[in-house]
Amino acid sequence: MAEKTRSSDVAEEPSKSAVPASAGRVSVVSLRKQLRQHALTVATLGIAVVIWLAFLVAAPDVFLNSRIYSAFATTTPLFAMIALALTLVVITREMDLSFGSVMALGMVGFVKAYDYTGNVMLSVLACLVVGVVCGLINGYLVAILGIPSLVITLGTLFFFRGVELVLLDGRPVVLRDPEIEGLRDALNGRTLDIPNELLWTLAVAIVLWIVLNRTRFGAHVFLVGDNPVSARLMGVRVARVKIVTYVIVGVVSAFTGLMTAMQLATLFPTLGDGTLLPPIASVFLGGTSVFGGTGSIVGTFVGSFIVGSINAGVISAGIQGFYTQLFFGLVIILSLVLQTLISRRMRH
Amino acid sequence: MDESPQAEEGSAGAPPVIELRNVSKTFGDVHALSGVNFHVSQGEIVGLLGDNGSGKSTMVKLMMGVHGPDSGGEVWVDGQRVRDWSVNRARALGIETVYQERALAEQQAIWRNMYMGRELVNRFRLLDIRRMRREASGVMSGHLGFTSTAVHPDNVVETMSGGEKQGVAITRALHFHARLLLLDEPTMGLSLSETRKTLDFVGSIKEAGRSAVLVDHNIFHVYPVADRLVVLDRGRVAGEFTRAEISMEDLIDRLYTVARTGRMEE
Repeated sequence: MAEKTRSSDVAEEPSKSAVPASAGRVSVVSLRKQLRQHALTVATLGIAVVIWLAFLVAAPDVFLNSRIYSAFATTTPLFAMIALALTLVVITREMDLSFGSVMALGMVGFVKAYDYTGNVMLSVLACLVVGVVCGLINGYLVAILGIPSLVITLGTLFFFRGVELVLLDGRPVVLRDPEIEGLRDALNGRTLDIPNELLWTLAVAIVLWIVLNRTRFGAHVFLVGDNPVSARLMGVRVARVKIVTYVIVGVVSAFTGLMTAMQLATLFPTLGDGTLLPPIASVFLGGTSVFGGTGSIVGTFVGSFIVGSINAGVISAGIQGFYTQLFFGLVIILSLVLQTLISRRMRH
Repeated sequence: MDESPQAEEGSAGAPPVIELRNVSKTFGDVHALSGVNFHVSQGEIVGLLGDNGSGKSTMVKLMMGVHGPDSGGEVWVDGQRVRDWSVNRARALGIETVYQERALAEQQAIWRNMYMGRELVNRFRLLDIRRMRREASGVMSGHLGFTSTAVHPDNVVETMSGGEKQGVAITRALHFHARLLLLDEPTMGLSLSETRKTLDFVGSIKEAGRSAVLVDHNIFHVYPVADRLVVLDRGRVAGEFTRAEISMEDLIDRLYTVARTGRMEE
C-alpha cells in the first residue's frame, strides 16, 4: 500500500527526536497522567480525612466506638445511592437539585398504587415509574430546551414537592401494613448481619460502575461532559445521553425515598427535605469534576461514606445539628476550590 | 451534472462517491447554503475554497450528516439517494471527517477519542477496552509514525501538541477505512513541518484510491493537492475549475473578484 511506505518515512522524524529523551519523558508523562487521574480524588479525600481527624480529636470516645460506624452503615445509603447516580449527571457537566422531592413524590406513587391495587410489587413499580417521569421532565427541560440545570432543577425541586404536598394533603402516611413487611425486610433488614441498605448501595454502585466504565452509554457520558460539540459531531446523541442520566437519578431517588420511608415506617410529607447537601458533597468530595468530563463512581462511594461519618459523628457527638450544614458546606466549597486550582495548574 | 469529473484514474462511468443536489441549509434567517450542487468522484481530491462565512464548514457538516439538507435538497451516495441522512449513516457509507475544531474530547484518553461515537463492544455489549487500546496504539504508530511516548493510547489528549492532536483526528478518520475524507482546515494551528506532513497525507489518500474534500483558507495548501477546485461564496457555488484549467495566480485573482463582487468574472 502506498500509505504504508509513506507512513514509514514520516515515522523517522519524531522517533529521532524522541529516542534520546524518551527515558526522561516516560516518567514525566506517566507522572503527569497519574497526577491528573488521581489528584482530585487524593486531594479531596485528604481534606475529608483532616475533617474526620478533627472529629476524632474533638470527640474521641464517640469516634473510637464501633457503634457509630454501624449506625452510619444504615443512614449513609439513604443519600449515597443518590450521590452515585448524581455522579453521572455531574460528569455531563449538569446538576440535579430536585432529587429530594423525587424521593417523596415517588412514595406518593407507592402509597396511591397500594391504595388502589393492594399489590406491593405494583406499588414499588409505580414508585420507580414516578422517578422515571421526574427524570424525563428534568432531562427534557435541560437537554432539549437547554435551560441551565442548576436553575431549572431548583424549579422542579419546588414543583415536585408541591405536587407531593397537594396529593398527600400535607399529611403523613403510616406504612405498617403487614402486607409490606416483606418489602421492609428486603430494604431494611439484615443479611449476614449486614444492613440491607448497605448491600443495596453496593449493588447500585456496582451497576453504575459498569454502566459508566464498561458501556457505550458510559463512554458517551464522559464525552458529553468533556466536549458536547465534538461529541455531537462524532455522532453521539448528546441530548439523549443527558436525559438518561436524569432518568437514572430519578429512579434511584424514588428508590431511596422508598427505602427511607420504609425505614421510618412512615411517609412524612417532608421526606427528602434535608437531603440536598450530602449527595452533592459526596460527589465533589469523590473527585468528580464540576467542569465535567471526569469523575468516578468509586470516588463518590468513598466520598459518601466520609460524608456519612461526619453526619453520624456530629449527631452522636451531641453537637447541634446545624454544624452538619457548616461541614457539608465547607466540604463542597473546599472540594470545588481544590478542583479549580488543580485543573488550572494542569492546564499550564 | 453538466461537467464530468476530472479524476485521473479509473473512475470513468462510476457514480460520484457523494453528490449534493440543489442543497440548501438555513439556520433561522441565515442562508448558509443556497441551491448547491456538488460532487466528489472516486479517487478525486476536491479543494473547497471560499472566504469566512461562505458556507464551507456547513457543507462539510452536511456531507457528514451533522446537518440534514433543507427540503428540496438531496444527498446521493454511489448513485443512490440517501434519505435518512445522519452522522452514523454517513459513517456506515464510508465517510469520515477531520473537523476544523478537531472534535476531540481533551480530558479523555486517546483510545476513547479514537472510537468516539462508535466504541467497540464485546458480545455482552460491554466496551472492549483492550481491543480499542491495542488498535489505537497500532494505528497511531502505523499511519502517522507516532513513536513518542506522548501518544500512548492511555494518555489524555490535553497533554499533546497541536500536531499530535491533529494526528489523532486524522488517524481516527483513516482507521475506519473511509472512502471519502472530509478535511476541514486540517492545517489550522499547525507548525510548518506538521502542515507539510498533513498535506503529504492528503496526497497519500489519492494514491490509495480514496477521495477527499480539502477545505483550507490557504490556497497555497489546496492548489497543489487538489484535482478540482470549487469556490463557494455566500452559500453558493461561485465557480469550479480543474487544476489543469487554471493557474494558481489566475485562481487568486478570481478569488479576490468573488470576494468583491460575488461573481467569478467582472
